[in-house]
Amino acid sequence: MQALFAQLLVGLINGSFYALLSLGLAVIFGMLNIINFAHGALYMMGAFVAYFLLNLGGINYWWALLLAPIIVGIFGMILERTMLQWLTGLDHLYGLLLTFGIALIVQGVFQNYFGSSGLPYAIPDQLRGGMNLGFMFLPVYRGWVVVFSLVVCLATWFLIEKTQLGAYLRAATENPTLVRAFGINVPRMITLTYGLGVGLAALAGVLSAPINQVRPLMGADLIIVVFAVVVIGGMGSIMGSIITGFALGVIEGLTKYFYPEASNTVVFVLMVLVLLVKPTGLTGRAA
Amino acid sequence: MTTLTDDTLPTTPRAVRDEMIVFVMMALLLAAVPFTGVYPFFVMQALCFALLACAFNLLIGYGGLLSFGHAMFLGTAGYCSAHALKVWALPPELGILVGIAAAFVLSIITGYISIRRQGIYFSMITLALSQLLYFIYLQAPFTHGEDGIQGIPQGHMFGVFDLSKPTVLYYVVLAGFLAGFLLIFRIINSPFGEVLKSIRENEQRAISLGYRTDQYKFLAFVLSGTLAGFAGALKVFVAQNASLTDVHWTMSGEVVLMTLVGGLGTIFGPVVGAFVIIAMQQYLAGFGQWVTVIQGSIFVICVLTFRRGVVGEIAHYFRRSL
Amino acid sequence: MHTKSIAAFLLGTALAITATGGALAQDKTVKVGVLTDNSGLYADLGGPGSTLAAQMAIEDSKLATKGWKVDLISADHQNKPDIGTAIARQWIDVEKVDVFMDVLNSGVALAVNNVVKEKNSVMINSGAATSDLTNAQCTPNTVHWTYDTYMLAHSTGQALVKAGGDTWFFITADYAFGHALERDTAAVVKAAGGKVLGDVKAPLNNADFSSFLLQAQASKAKIIGMANAGGDTTNTIKQAAEFGIVKGGQKLAGLLLFLTDVHSLGLNVAQGLNLSSTFYWDMNDQTRAFAKRFAERAKNKAMPTMVQAGVYSGLLHYFKALEALGGNPHDGAKVVAKMKEMPTDDPLFGKGSIEPNGRALHPAYLFEVKAPSESKAPWDYYKLVGTTPADKAFRPLSESACPLVKK
Repeated sequence: MQALFAQLLVGLINGSFYALLSLGLAVIFGMLNIINFAHGALYMMGAFVAYFLLNLGGINYWWALLLAPIIVGIFGMILERTMLQWLTGLDHLYGLLLTFGIALIVQGVFQNYFGSSGLPYAIPDQLRGGMNLGFMFLPVYRGWVVVFSLVVCLATWFLIEKTQLGAYLRAATENPTLVRAFGINVPRMITLTYGLGVGLAALAGVLSAPINQVRPLMGADLIIVVFAVVVIGGMGSIMGSIITGFALGVIEGLTKYFYPEASNTVVFVLMVLVLLVKPTGLTGRAA
Repeated sequence: MTTLTDDTLPTTPRAVRDEMIVFVMMALLLAAVPFTGVYPFFVMQALCFALLACAFNLLIGYGGLLSFGHAMFLGTAGYCSAHALKVWALPPELGILVGIAAAFVLSIITGYISIRRQGIYFSMITLALSQLLYFIYLQAPFTHGEDGIQGIPQGHMFGVFDLSKPTVLYYVVLAGFLAGFLLIFRIINSPFGEVLKSIRENEQRAISLGYRTDQYKFLAFVLSGTLAGFAGALKVFVAQNASLTDVHWTMSGEVVLMTLVGGLGTIFGPVVGAFVIIAMQQYLAGFGQWVTVIQGSIFVICVLTFRRGVVGEIAHYFRRSL
Repeated sequence: MHTKSIAAFLLGTALAITATGGALAQDKTVKVGVLTDNSGLYADLGGPGSTLAAQMAIEDSKLATKGWKVDLISADHQNKPDIGTAIARQWIDVEKVDVFMDVLNSGVALAVNNVVKEKNSVMINSGAATSDLTNAQCTPNTVHWTYDTYMLAHSTGQALVKAGGDTWFFITADYAFGHALERDTAAVVKAAGGKVLGDVKAPLNNADFSSFLLQAQASKAKIIGMANAGGDTTNTIKQAAEFGIVKGGQKLAGLLLFLTDVHSLGLNVAQGLNLSSTFYWDMNDQTRAFAKRFAERAKNKAMPTMVQAGVYSGLLHYFKALEALGGNPHDGAKVVAKMKEMPTDDPLFGKGSIEPNGRALHPAYLFEVKAPSESKAPWDYYKLVGTTPADKAFRPLSESACPLVKK
């Protein structure tokens, strides 16, 4: 029973990565109507930027949490301005293909310069060590990841669902022409939204840097799992993707305990089951 | 919304005749390969991928469905054929049949699941399904994990053709490719193909005309998956091994790239694309990871400026469908 | 078209002349092909470093001064067996490559192994782990130089049990390679009087190992054996440090871990880790001298790994065999037979021999990774804990399933 609690908690940690990433995907999808295949690569860039900030600029983890998402977010906005925006009006699949190409380029370049085995990033001093919870030894850093990403997820939800800016965003998704008629610069909003989604991916990257090696391919496999998460949850609602992300992390954690052999396939199997029962996904509207 | 393919081009009996002429020219050119200095092994490999890309193109170019998991059919057929040939010691023709049958069954199952969602969801689902299969093959004992199934006997096709002779093998693979290609050609120009195209253009209209569009799409998916399996089975004889590479998502990505470069929804585009990409892999092997970067750049360039692909551009220039 | 066929005809005759001429006056040309992973997961432990090692072997053999003409080419197999075999065929048919070096990645190695046998070429494998190369799938054309799974399991298992690590828990990569590594090591541990308390099969390329580490921690085993490789191993080690596993008194044993992995982890995280290797740069004056020259020319000034060292030594031995034959017979099996006949002796691996199944024998060393305070210089990472003599380190011929071994 104690072991089970420990696994649940560990599952929540992975869930927070799924939640942050699928949230970013949902935000981008809502506004640009494309699936950002480069999301995994940008997540990886976030981790690398944190590494560079520390090793080249001596800038610590805390600043990296703020700066890396901004830097990668700007990079994302440049991508949107120079490439993605030309796809407006074309079939959505072109967005998928374009971002897939971008992902290959980014991952390839990083692999060329930094090899594949990865670079180390140490846990910040303030978050070293662990707490004995009675049923497990919880590294402080892991606890921090869960709490922090939960806060970020809820803040994003609040921003989009409850603020004036979010209202514009949602309105621009529904009817861009009308919103433009109200004097709002829709293209700029699209760019900023893409930057926001990408920034969330980069933030997840910074959070994962001290846990995993900083590797060029760290996002490549993860993104496929996140796609499955997105299919399960549907991209209709922000809250939906947050909840599904955390929930799937927990389910995966439990699988690791009861039947570890299936722990990397369980998300995909769940996706199949959900599709059979409810083809639109758990929270999504029909696509 | 602009669709993925160039639809301003006519499909008249004359166009079909033109396509047949190009087909015969292509067949003759390929048949002459062993008499030139070109390394036949390379061409055989490219032919297998060309068939795979054609099968993929049937789904995207004529059904409007972008599958990001076509490697699963290639790999499944490859593993099953390889197992049948090596462990059950079946003759080549039966080995190929086993592979095709496996891909057929797989495409029925995955088609049933994935066809429930459209557009990008469909792409994500096929990608996730192929990743699921990748993990299953990685762990399944009969695939031998990352070692793969090695040293597959080539044997005698129909008891006559000795496949261990490169020239014989070449013509067998070529025959297989041409047969598969003709079948796809036939499907596209059949009434079934016409309905598919109309669904791609406007699904609502097709539904209102009384077509059960899901069934058409499902059928297209199964045909495409099975033909991709045929390519996988042929590839076993060329590579003499079956490995995880063929089920990995990067392979699915390469198939998409081949078709995109050649021209989505063109008949000959995937063949051209496959040759271009395989040649690139071969000759750029020394560049290491830059190959990935180059592939990615081609994706980006194609999507931004060259959406019709090589054959699509040519076809557009001559105002012919190719 | 016309000119091409004429050229092909001329080339054909030219080759025919050299071929027949070679039988009379000895042919002193040789072409070395380094087939490796230049870009992927294993590029750091083999890759461009392997090509550099081959280049150094060519220079150090001084064949050029003895009237030989040695060419070197290299290519990236991208860890894909398909690409590997395609390059191998083309190298043999078109480029006339005589010997394949490195060929890391078991899947690619086994695939190339078949081509090399079919075409009677030579493969001196350094980077692949699978012991099948000299067991069930052995050929008269392949020498497996540096290490294999059997040796890793035996050296690590035996030496650690002897040092008191008698209870084990395995975190195993859930595919053929991991299973084999766990099975072999577990057998050794039991034979040496140790106990296996449990295991967990972790999926490949799993970023998060914390669940499995918690299970390993709960088992209270003294040694946690990591039957995995590459990124999986480094992530396990990193997260073990996070969960305080080594501080809690348990030891980690990496069954397949390279110097470059330790380098990328950093000593803070990797300290106390046990691993086996047949080569370490800081063993004696000769290895240090080689490593110094190597690092000066290597990307990022990296010290050679055992895989790269194996490419160097293996190729040197191949050249010795060619010299003993007086010329290049372009007959793979013949050269390999000569290599097996001659005892091996080189600055990096010392004296040894090659078994009839193609297995090169060297002593195997068990190392422990130093604490940051013990490390005096960059790349000063290992301290020697134990040595398994050459004749005990690898699978004995009596257990070999290789058809070349006469029983």
